[in-house]
Amino acid sequence: MDIERAWDVHPQVSLRPEPFGAMLYHFGTRKLSFLKDRTLLSIVETLAVSPSVHAACKTVGVSDEDLPRFTAALEILERSAMLIERAS
Amino acid sequence: MTLLEAKPLAPAQPPSPGRLVDLFEYGLDAPICLTWELTYACNLSCVHCLSSSGRRDPRELSTDECKAVIDELERMQVFYVNIGGGEPTVRPDFWELVDYATAHKVGVKFSTNGIKITPEVARRLAASDYVDVQISLDGATAEVNDHVRGPGSYATAMRAMQNLADAGFTGFKISVVCTRQNIPQLDDFKAIADRLNAQLRLTRLRPSGRGADVWDELHPTAAQQRELYDWLVANGDNVLTGDSFFHLSAYGAALPGLNLCGAGRVVCLIDPIGDVYACPFAIHEEFLAGNVRSEGGFKKVWRDSELFTRLRKPQSGGACSSCPFFSTCKGGCMAAKFFTGLPLDGPDPECVRGFGEELLSQRDAASSIPKPDGDHSHRTERAQRKSTGPIALTLSVRGVERPPVSACAEDPLAGFSPAGPTHGANCSC
Repeated sequence: MDIERAWDVHPQVSLRPEPFGAMLYHFGTRKLSFLKDRTLLSIVETLAVSPSVHAACKTVGVSDEDLPRFTAALEILERSAMLIERAS
Repeated sequence: MTLLEAKPLAPAQPPSPGRLVDLFEYGLDAPICLTWELTYACNLSCVHCLSSSGRRDPRELSTDECKAVIDELERMQVFYVNIGGGEPTVRPDFWELVDYATAHKVGVKFSTNGIKITPEVARRLAASDYVDVQISLDGATAEVNDHVRGPGSYATAMRAMQNLADAGFTGFKISVVCTRQNIPQLDDFKAIADRLNAQLRLTRLRPSGRGADVWDELHPTAAQQRELYDWLVANGDNVLTGDSFFHLSAYGAALPGLNLCGAGRVVCLIDPIGDVYACPFAIHEEFLAGNVRSEGGFKKVWRDSELFTRLRKPQSGGACSSCPFFSTCKGGCMAAKFFTGLPLDGPDPECVRGFGEELLSQRDAASSIPKPDGDHSHRTERAQRKSTGPIALTLSVRGVERPPVSACAEDPLAGFSPAGPTHGANCSC
């Protein structure tokens, strides 16, 4: 995942906030995923209005130190087609 | 028991502090998935039916009431519902409700014996991204299947699956309840699924509904449980299980899936008359949380019912707490314990260490086994299907000027209408 590019939640994905973070369901693949914390949820929710993944992380206040951890989590979502690259 | 001596069990990994399943035990704002049995009516009489289905309940939710439930599920963001029954497709408004749900962003996966899956229906289903189909099949051969599901049911299911495959519907589910008779056929089931581009789903036989009557005869032996576990480990993510075998995780590594009893925490059941139960296998007043027809609807039942609140509190492992496998097995299935008359805070009747079997042999069967609530079974015996050849019918057309007069009409002038239609001649009995 190139974090300098713009991404978004896949149009067939529905996202539901929960006390522990959120659940995502992909109607195309019929797979369920979980976001284990609120910060990750905020990043995912901010993707649509950010010029890049990196920018979305900055907007919600992720430090450079924590960036690799969140990037890894986003890559897992990308592999299951929950996230999709979009034109910036 | 000799099980432990015969095959030492590897202790499961201790739970990590941030394990997601541990959070799920406290419940969610809305269920992850929800089973909704639309009708108790069914064309079959499977001997292990967990809802004792057969005859329609006259109090069944109307089309409008069902749509109101769907509206509520949409507001709660329930991603999809598992629709079952009974045989849901025999409801005249079934397709209307499926269309309504998908138009309101509530995905549908429905279970069927295949009776209504014609080539035309299959083509329609293949065209939708939001509908998934699950065909029930309890034997890889007609002999094994029809013994449980009734004469002709294998042919019906195979025809429906062929229609789906021909229509290009890939990845539909073939749902198998694992029994003593079909465990030797696991590879054959997989071959059928692979040939039809479908996905195999194996679930556990529960002693619920009519299943209680045949559980002793059908439930897998201890050796078969081990065989099933090894087979599931070998096939991994390619086979779905509805998380129903978490009690087998005490054999070694946990199986793929959530591995927890989701009753009232992440799953629940809405039955045909709107009653909400903790899970599809627990249709008994002990597990009844409320009704969608009551004020506040389903949402209030899910969030505030006394039963669900109780199920979301930390549960005592009772006799199982000291077991090294408790963190993954969690004492097994609540419904399986309940309907075999075992205490809820003890081992599962199919505990892989044999503790359940030990308790089963000690219980006083006559007095301690609760009966399921509500028997909707057909009142007649299931007949063997024979070909009788064509039946000659005489069709006639009757002039219909007014509705027929009910036999219960008490009005001495019922049916007599010198001028204009009668009124008040029908009753609902």
